[in-house]
Amino acid sequence: MRILVVEDDLEAQRYLVQGLKESGHVVDEAADGDTGLSLALSRPYDVAVIDRMLPGLDGLKVVAEMREHGNGVPVLFLSALSEVDDRVKGLKAGGDDYLTKPYAFVELLARIDALMRRRMPANVRTRLDVGDLELDLLTRAAKRSGTDIELQPREFRLLEYLMRHAGQVVTRTMLLESVWEYHFDPQTNVIDVHISRLRAKIDKGFEAPLLHTVRGAGYMIRAH
Amino acid sequence: MRTKPGILQTQAFRIVLVYVLLFAVSVTALLFFTYWNTRRTLDAQVDQIIEAEITGLSEEYQHFGLPGLAETVRARSVRAGQSIYILADSLHHSVAGNLDSWPQNAGATGQMMEFDFERLIDGKLEPRRARGRVFALTGGFSLLVAQDVHDRYLTERMFTTTLPWTVVLILILGAAGGALMSRNMLQRLDTINRTSGEIIAGDLTRRVPLNGSGDEFDILAENLNRMLDRIERLMKGLREVTDSVAHDLRTPLNRLRNRLEESVARLNAGGQQADEIERAITETDKLIATFNALLLIAETDAGTTRAAMSALDLGGVAADVVELYEPLAEERNIALALMPGADVVIEGNRSLIAQALANLVDNAIKYTPAGGKVRIRAANTSTGVELSVADSGPGIPAADRSRVTERFVRLEASRSSPGTGLGLSLVVAVAHFHHAEFLLEDNVPSGLKAVLRFPKTAVRMPGAPLKSAAE
Repeated sequence: MRILVVEDDLEAQRYLVQGLKESGHVVDEAADGDTGLSLALSRPYDVAVIDRMLPGLDGLKVVAEMREHGNGVPVLFLSALSEVDDRVKGLKAGGDDYLTKPYAFVELLARIDALMRRRMPANVRTRLDVGDLELDLLTRAAKRSGTDIELQPREFRLLEYLMRHAGQVVTRTMLLESVWEYHFDPQTNVIDVHISRLRAKIDKGFEAPLLHTVRGAGYMIRAH
Repeated sequence: MRTKPGILQTQAFRIVLVYVLLFAVSVTALLFFTYWNTRRTLDAQVDQIIEAEITGLSEEYQHFGLPGLAETVRARSVRAGQSIYILADSLHHSVAGNLDSWPQNAGATGQMMEFDFERLIDGKLEPRRARGRVFALTGGFSLLVAQDVHDRYLTERMFTTTLPWTVVLILILGAAGGALMSRNMLQRLDTINRTSGEIIAGDLTRRVPLNGSGDEFDILAENLNRMLDRIERLMKGLREVTDSVAHDLRTPLNRLRNRLEESVARLNAGGQQADEIERAITETDKLIATFNALLLIAETDAGTTRAAMSALDLGGVAADVVELYEPLAEERNIALALMPGADVVIEGNRSLIAQALANLVDNAIKYTPAGGKVRIRAANTSTGVELSVADSGPGIPAADRSRVTERFVRLEASRSSPGTGLGLSLVVAVAHFHHAEFLLEDNVPSGLKAVLRFPKTAVRMPGAPLKSAAE
């Protein structure tokens, strides 16, 4: 996958580019807004990672310009600014996701994967499958090996999100943001408890577990 | 939200009304005085003429007796203008004079009095009014000397009938003028009120419009605008400081974390050195969490955050937080429940209130022993809107309650459990941001009850509609 990184802090840029390359991506980098914008407009990318505060054209304006030129590449904002509603501003300017510095690299990688997945042709899916686990999005019913699984509405949303990102690492913050729509970290890790509840419902009594914990990163649902 | 005052309740209208009443009373008094004085003067003139006539006639009477007097009366009657004479016998039959008969309502002897009589004018008998005096003469005769004061009488009657109408007219015109004036003032005050409401709601760029007349309202608006400019500059400065503090600290923290991650990646996982660095990363994350919490508290407390306000159902926010914490409570064998309550809508920021409530619930679950209860309630009370978290835990001694909301303060009993000591400080900051009160109370029968009490009218904004959810 081709990724554009626009970051003015050169040390952070180097680390980011190296990490993404090691993860198997092709990366172009820019250290200011104008270079970033001309790259974004001249080459095809799958995802752009853009710092909010840049010399010259700032991050918000770069994305606004991209969108004005009809460029729909998913954008992940990086920001060292204080939060609360900066996120709203970033998303309003045309960003697709927002990550506050300092971030864990696994978090960034998981979010980039999620953004790329979103880019895939959006064929209307009414059913999600992972191994022998099926989720019917219309009847809102879950089955594993033909056995019905009773799910609370929130558990359904949690499982749906995990299954939509099957095979990808999903972090606790991503779950909290997309399933609960909270943009803060609770003091106690409540997500883990929700996951173990869900795990008890879908994996208990089956030989091969589907819901895996990825150490130091988050969770992943996969068949093998 | 209080409705805006009607014209009748405005100070301007009250002042005008009092003024109009005072004015009407003064005008009435003045007119009465003028009337009374004029009448006195006119009466004195008439009385003087009558006295002079009487003096003349009484001299005639003394010298020539009754026949002489009758002669003089007859003579004077011929060339009488306003003067009226009548000399009558004991049965009030006219002997001499220019009045045919003795007037019916002529009073007693000696005193000046007024009476009605009829006079032939242009062939018609007309009722008229006169002022005069009656004298008793010897042999039952009496003499009436008077002056026709009918013109004065007419003027007087006109005055007494118009006066009440004049007063009514003054009152009507005054009230109308007052309403007009206060409506004008009200409109301008309303503009100032609405603008300040919008500014309190967070739009610091708004200014009170001037109408260019340079009057007191314009001066007030100008002063307010100058104050607002200053506040905006200060807030902007404060925001820039927090932004640069955030940026300048997060950038090196980011590099630090990056380097640590890089080092771990280079080492073999599971080695002792890798473990050390993993631990350093954990510590860095704690540092970052504390820094983020502090920054959020500072911004929220100072009100410089860009947090958007929207109409918010507290019951819904509480239900979401309960749903998030329910599995954790169950795992710790604590009954976490949302108590039923009415629809409670306030103007607030969902993220901040959810975070504050999550902190309170988190604390309650952390400090309540297994088998205990935690109850959350959103309710309308007489004083405002309450969001409360009550637990059956050990509670906080009254002496420590104000201390626990300070930054980094953790009581002895909780030092061992994880946490930054900033949870309640954030709750307090969120309370300040929403003009709410944060109270720690005794729960009945035992435990702690944490209450966020939002005022019924957080900010008075006449006519400002609730904004729809902005996020």
